[in-house]
Amino acid sequence: MNDNKNNNRIELRGVTVQLGDRVVLEGMDLAVPEGKVTAVMGPSGSGKTTVLKAITGQVPISAGEIRVGDVFVNQLSARKLNDMRRNIGMLLQNGALFTDLTSFDNVALPLREHTRLPETLIRKVVLTKLHAVGLRGAAELYPRELSGGMNRRIALARALALDPNIMLYDEPFTGLDPISMGAAVRLIRQINDVLGITSVVVTHDVTEVPRFADYCYIISDRKVVAQGTPAELENIDDGVVHQFIQGLPDGPVPFHYPAPDYTRDLLERH
Amino acid sequence: MKSSHQIEFTAGLFLLLGIACLIFLAVQATDGGSEIRGGSYELVASFGNVGGLRPRAKVSMAGVTVGQVERIELDPQTLDARVTMKISERYDDIPDDTSAAILTSGILGDQYVGLEPGGSPEPMRDGDQFLITQSAVVLEQLIGRFMMGGGGDEE
Amino acid sequence: MTTGSVTGKLFVDPVKEMGRAVLFLFTALSRMRFGKTQFLETMRQVYFMGVRSLVIIMISGFFVGLVLTLQLYDTLSRFGATEALGTALALSLFRELGPVLTVILFAGRAGTSVTAEIGLMKATEQLDALDLMAIDPMERIVQPRLLAGILAVPALVLVFNVMALLGGVVFSVFMMGIDGPSFWGNIQATVALGRDFMGGMFKAAVFGFLASWLAVYFGWSSKPTGEGVALATTQTVITTAIAVLLTDFILSAFML
Repeated sequence: MNDNKNNNRIELRGVTVQLGDRVVLEGMDLAVPEGKVTAVMGPSGSGKTTVLKAITGQVPISAGEIRVGDVFVNQLSARKLNDMRRNIGMLLQNGALFTDLTSFDNVALPLREHTRLPETLIRKVVLTKLHAVGLRGAAELYPRELSGGMNRRIALARALALDPNIMLYDEPFTGLDPISMGAAVRLIRQINDVLGITSVVVTHDVTEVPRFADYCYIISDRKVVAQGTPAELENIDDGVVHQFIQGLPDGPVPFHYPAPDYTRDLLERH
Repeated sequence: MKSSHQIEFTAGLFLLLGIACLIFLAVQATDGGSEIRGGSYELVASFGNVGGLRPRAKVSMAGVTVGQVERIELDPQTLDARVTMKISERYDDIPDDTSAAILTSGILGDQYVGLEPGGSPEPMRDGDQFLITQSAVVLEQLIGRFMMGGGGDEE
Repeated sequence: MTTGSVTGKLFVDPVKEMGRAVLFLFTALSRMRFGKTQFLETMRQVYFMGVRSLVIIMISGFFVGLVLTLQLYDTLSRFGATEALGTALALSLFRELGPVLTVILFAGRAGTSVTAEIGLMKATEQLDALDLMAIDPMERIVQPRLLAGILAVPALVLVFNVMALLGGVVFSVFMMGIDGPSFWGNIQATVALGRDFMGGMFKAAVFGFLASWLAVYFGWSSKPTGEGVALATTQTVITTAIAVLLTDFILSAFML
């Protein structure tokens, strides 16, 4: 397996994902360089989140292979898959905190479940993680008592609890106000650099990407349509990429859902 | 929201309350399991008709429950009903000329086996058979007899 | 609608649903694990499912006992058989009404909240989050709730029975002047510990298992939307009621 070792921490090769009759990803190639922040962008419904779910083994792939470190996700047994997941921290769309646990217990859960640390040490670790996201003061509060942005930061602390070497973020900026957004962008960058881990950020927030990403992929219609550094992407002369980066309502990705001819539809008698 | 220790404690209390109810009901509101505790021995009685006697019906002597009916089966030779009873070991000196009768508690109550002691000095042993038995009174036959003018021709 | 789809709606879909529920149960049972975390989580669920249903069970039990005694008294007095009041009350409670009414109330109080809770966990990706933390949601979410139901329902049935007997005593002894000791004496003489009382408790455990299984299953399989969760809670109540009454008939037929 070591011959696969290169600078890429995660590699997808020819990955096809099919959910029921619907093909979500088709022959996708994607590489995530070690120690970098990689952004995966694309319009809604283009399969961005599925990329993350395929990496963590939550959705089965019907063709191709996915390498994470030196293991192939699609060949792992349930136990090995769990071992791999312990090294991956994932921030889900709305944080997905456990609503019946306090912030403290949420962050402590993976530690209590997967380590045999004494409670005094767990307390120290949890408070450190909460401090890192600036919410040590909210340790005893329940998720419902915190704002959406704070919930996501607690979830980030939870994802970091076991010191993962890969962080995956699923739409970390959705619904954040500009201040929280700024904080989130900075946190993602800092966590990546300070802890020396590899990050993948799935987002459709084009404007923020240059502030944290080292490398970008743009996905549309089940496959990668463009890749490069944020600066390179600005200059790519591709219809979809151009439309996406510029945020144009109509273009290769149509504004209208496929429909019969407008005039004829209106005039037709029923 | 309560702390997790309080929750666990309350849940424990709740289960204890359940157990307390279990004990209260089992002791206060049931027969406490009329299964005979300790040792027992079996006695057999043949009846021409057991009527509505059922397994687990009580066996009593002078109104005191001394055992219960274990099984009821048809004797293939005599075509009588063979009733096997389990008698508590405490009552081990039932005279061997004791008679057994199928009686009814109240007019429409359960049927049970009543033992009427004789005077023999010899006690009954495990597997012994009652020599004198009296079958159940079947209500339909009784009514039938009245209707027929008290005629004893059926006997 | 074609005949095919009508048959599908009426027969094939429910059978499929049953199949899925059974498969779900097998998966959950096959991944059972017993440790300190499981024990503590089960106790937490006993609290949420049992303790929080206690008040409604106690109130309902008392009034069921009261009204049942009233009806039995009226009926039995026509035959001059009021001395059988205690027996009739205790037998109908222990054998049928206690387990059946308790579990239906339980489904409405605790079952629905379990379904809604799991449905919301699904909608807010909490189940995914567990998966991603390498914590098995079957073991963490499903197993404690199944076990808690099997523990909580018999305990609730016992409380219900005690309260109903209390209601019976209040009506017959305090209001109708029936002799208290003979009321209890009749019960003690005629209610069999094994067949009547323990048989009822066996039913209670089976019903508790059914109710928590269905509650967890409908939450687990609900569509992760507000509408989906609402539908799932309704299904929990209806299906539990039907399943319990059906099982009750089968169990009673075998136990009598």
